[in-house]
Amino acid sequence: MAQVKAAEIKIPPLKKLTNYPEKLAPGHRLCAGCGASIIIRQMYMVANALGYELIIANATGCVEVCTTIYPYNSWKSPWIHNAFENAAATISGVEAAYKALKRKGKLPTDKKVKFVALAGDGGTYDIGFQSLSGALERGHDFIYVCYDNEAYMNTGIQRSSATPKYANTTTQPVGSESLGKPQSKKWLPVVAAAHGIPYVAQVAPSHWKDFMEKFKKALLTEGPSFINAFSVCPRGWRSKEEEGILVTKLAVETNYWPLFEVENGKWRITYKPRNPKPVEEYLKMQGRFKHLFKPENRRLIEEFQAEVDNRWEWLNHMEEMGEEKC
Amino acid sequence: MIKGWRELKIGGVITEPGSSEKYNTGEWRAWRPVFEADKCVNCMLCWVFCPDSSILVEEEKMVGVDYDHCKGCGICAHECPTNALEMKPEYLFREED
Repeated sequence: MAQVKAAEIKIPPLKKLTNYPEKLAPGHRLCAGCGASIIIRQMYMVANALGYELIIANATGCVEVCTTIYPYNSWKSPWIHNAFENAAATISGVEAAYKALKRKGKLPTDKKVKFVALAGDGGTYDIGFQSLSGALERGHDFIYVCYDNEAYMNTGIQRSSATPKYANTTTQPVGSESLGKPQSKKWLPVVAAAHGIPYVAQVAPSHWKDFMEKFKKALLTEGPSFINAFSVCPRGWRSKEEEGILVTKLAVETNYWPLFEVENGKWRITYKPRNPKPVEEYLKMQGRFKHLFKPENRRLIEEFQAEVDNRWEWLNHMEEMGEEKC
Repeated sequence: MIKGWRELKIGGVITEPGSSEKYNTGEWRAWRPVFEADKCVNCMLCWVFCPDSSILVEEEKMVGVDYDHCKGCGICAHECPTNALEMKPEYLFREED
């Protein structure tokens, strides 16, 4: 039923989307070339076109700090910040209160409203993990959007469990005794999918059509959905500001950041690069991986590639399993 | 302008949504995207990728850049398929320097 509905509702072409008002005001103090605000703007484009009002609970992080520097505010929709660890718990409460007030007849019932928890990778993968897991399990009607910039960028590039292997961070710096982060990146969308929630997706803002299609599905889904969005961080990754979208595209084209979705337990890869590029091309755009290109460290790139291939193979396997079932 | 304590609401509550529009982040800019309307095909890729909501669109046509808020990251010029946007050093446009 929900699937038919999603296919019927179309997102208008890009030109038509420009007719809607901008809901994230400019003048926020995110760095030049930040990926997070591109993600938020694209979220609002879909919500505007489908007539939804987004109610946002923001975890502590770059977006929360930079959009609400006193006495300014960049949000033109209801927004709440509580603490670092409880964006999902806060939005659970807001959603439950909204439902209760609607039932008592104190709020209009015909308004299209969607609750969104917005957090960075620190507030999602590490600190907010238990509140996220709890909210997914309780089945609140909300979307959790994680803008994943792969470290604690707001406080100065400390490693998080979303930081990829061998990345240079200020808490695991590269030097004579260290090659950067020794552990692999936590694969959170897979953990979220294991909760058995109706919708999980991984997106990248460079592939905006795919992004909007997935956000639309999440909007139309009743119950919790989880979206993991690739958010380029020129400051923390030591990449060029203007190449942010190019870096994002390369992450997808090298299969480092596969675009996939899990809809009611069915896995689907939404974009398969025809000729996947070697992961080297993605790594060499960023200063945080500079040490991997020293001649004595070449084996580390091969190791990185092997891990990317492994995860890609696993995803393909999951997709095939779904086809067999149907 | 920053308000004094007499003008602020109790608890320092901000009552105006989107008030950051009054804050001029355009001062950060070292490179300025310069728009040439003749080359533009209105694909809106600059608009969809702009992190600072600074691409001005009127009646589905790209008309220019909001220089009060554009931080000069250069994503728009980099992604423009027809080179209608070009990054030029900001000092060429500022008299005070």
